[in-house]
Amino acid sequence: MVSSNLTDTQSHDRLSTTDRDRTGQTDFPIFTSHPELIYLDHAATSQKPKQVIDAMSRYLTESNGSPHRGAHKLSVEATRLYDIGRKKVAAFIGASRPEEVVFTKNATEALNLIAYTYGLSTVKAGDEIVVAITSHHSNIVPWQMVASRTGATLKFMYVSPEGDFLPGEWDKITDQTKLVAFPWVSNSLGVIHDISGLIAKAHAHGAVAVVDAAQAVGHLPVDVCALDADFLVFSGHKMYGPTGIGVLYGKHAHLEAMPPFLTGGDMIEYVEEQSTTFAAVPERFEAGTQHVEGVVGLMAAMDFIEHMGITRISEKEQRIARYAVKRLSELPFVRVYGPREGHDRGALVAFEVEGIHPHDLASILDDRGIAIRAGHHCTQPLMKSLGIMASCRASFSIYNHVGEVDALVEGLHHARRIFGYEHG
Amino acid sequence: MSMDSLYTELIMMHNRSGHNKHVLPEATHIERGHNPNCGDDLTLQLWIEEGIVKDAAYVGHGCAISQAAMSIMIDLVKEKPVAEAKVLAHDYLRMIRGEQLTEEQRDALADAIVFESLSKMPARVKCGTLGWHCLEVSLAETAE
Ligand SMILES: Cc1ncc(COP(=O)(O)O)c(C=O)c1O
Repeated sequence: MVSSNLTDTQSHDRLSTTDRDRTGQTDFPIFTSHPELIYLDHAATSQKPKQVIDAMSRYLTESNGSPHRGAHKLSVEATRLYDIGRKKVAAFIGASRPEEVVFTKNATEALNLIAYTYGLSTVKAGDEIVVAITSHHSNIVPWQMVASRTGATLKFMYVSPEGDFLPGEWDKITDQTKLVAFPWVSNSLGVIHDISGLIAKAHAHGAVAVVDAAQAVGHLPVDVCALDADFLVFSGHKMYGPTGIGVLYGKHAHLEAMPPFLTGGDMIEYVEEQSTTFAAVPERFEAGTQHVEGVVGLMAAMDFIEHMGITRISEKEQRIARYAVKRLSELPFVRVYGPREGHDRGALVAFEVEGIHPHDLASILDDRGIAIRAGHHCTQPLMKSLGIMASCRASFSIYNHVGEVDALVEGLHHARRIFGYEHG
Repeated sequence: MSMDSLYTELIMMHNRSGHNKHVLPEATHIERGHNPNCGDDLTLQLWIEEGIVKDAAYVGHGCAISQAAMSIMIDLVKEKPVAEAKVLAHDYLRMIRGEQLTEEQRDALADAIVFESLSKMPARVKCGTLGWHCLEVSLAETAE
């Protein structure tokens, strides 16, 4: 039976203590509520730093009002904060102007917005939409809708189990292609795609590139201008912010040409009984009373990331992910998916344990205070193409440390014992 | 019952009752149960004749809880009148919802009682009820 050797564990314990202090797990009240919690599910939703919780609480306590409506002080203050939030997001992702930032509910809504407005108005019968097979359902289903309504063809670019595009797959992007969609970092395999290359390839054929950055923002530096992305989306709740707030970045010229998505209040200029003229970009895409406390929380999350330093966050996550791949690969009963040991990967590791269904493993680990994700990770086409039924996923962020990987490995041995594979 | 001991018990029972996982050529009722969120995909096959569940088996793939629950259910309903199987399904699903059963009803559920703790594990309720829902649907279309 394999068990981690003692000196190893001790040195990791030392490491983990300093790690914990340096990153301030103390910034995250969830770990005060659950001192034993080992949270390895950042990729599903991140835990929230105190700064985010406090900022939202302060806003609701001191400044709450309806943005863009009414002349009273609270409404003015809500509007001011909302507008500052837009400027801050623009600066955070390197957009050339705040108007290129549209607030949405989450990445999913942002992708649907692109599909229903840009997609339905520009894609025609006979055109092609090319999507990376590594995409999350939120970056597949909207394109199926566009293809079936317009008569366009949907094509997929396939990958190896390591997450690399198979030879020739990029050649599916041709002059018939109107739109290319892909994740920056796959939430299922952890592979980091060469998105600059994909964007350039799309542009070489006159197609637009849609980047799903849900697993990238908060982990990697983002500069939409340097990338030359046409559209880029992400969710606040996966980058230390609250749920219910997401971002659509779009090049101004694209947004300018797009019809509205949802209609109603706030997105209008003049409404007559039978007709309406619409507000300018970006308000045209923000119908109804907006989620100001969400924007306030998102601002605090961006401040937190900037304060921690994106390079430091990224280095730490890489270190934990590399360590996890190494430890898991040493176990003969574990199969690790995604990039090989030593290759770059996002802050997550997907794996399977022989003889134990991922959901059973997740329940047994949960009982030991270890939270992981199990299932198809909203990437059924990817799983099917690789012949994987379901997998387990451990994902990492600034509040994790290598000692938690050791606990995960010990948890796997425990589960194997329960399932009768190991004794003692 | 703790999660660990639930599993320990399930694994033992499941090993014992792996005999229920196979194709049933005589099947008169086939019901596929699918849990899209976790991928469990099990198909229950029943051979019902003259109001009696003559034989039953399942095929498919899923987690230990969904397969053990299915297999234990099959052991329980085999050779029972349809009317009785319906009552068992009804009581089992009530148990999972956290409702109180009488001693008599608990006794009738026999080994399936180990799943009582699922009423406190909302994340796994769907696994433990997949097979029983297949049974309910199949029996609903059957004359007693
Ligand atoms: C890569 C990726 N894209 C999109 C999403 C969708 O995010 P949300 O559910 O916040 O819209 C997720 C998360 O579930 C994801 O991991």
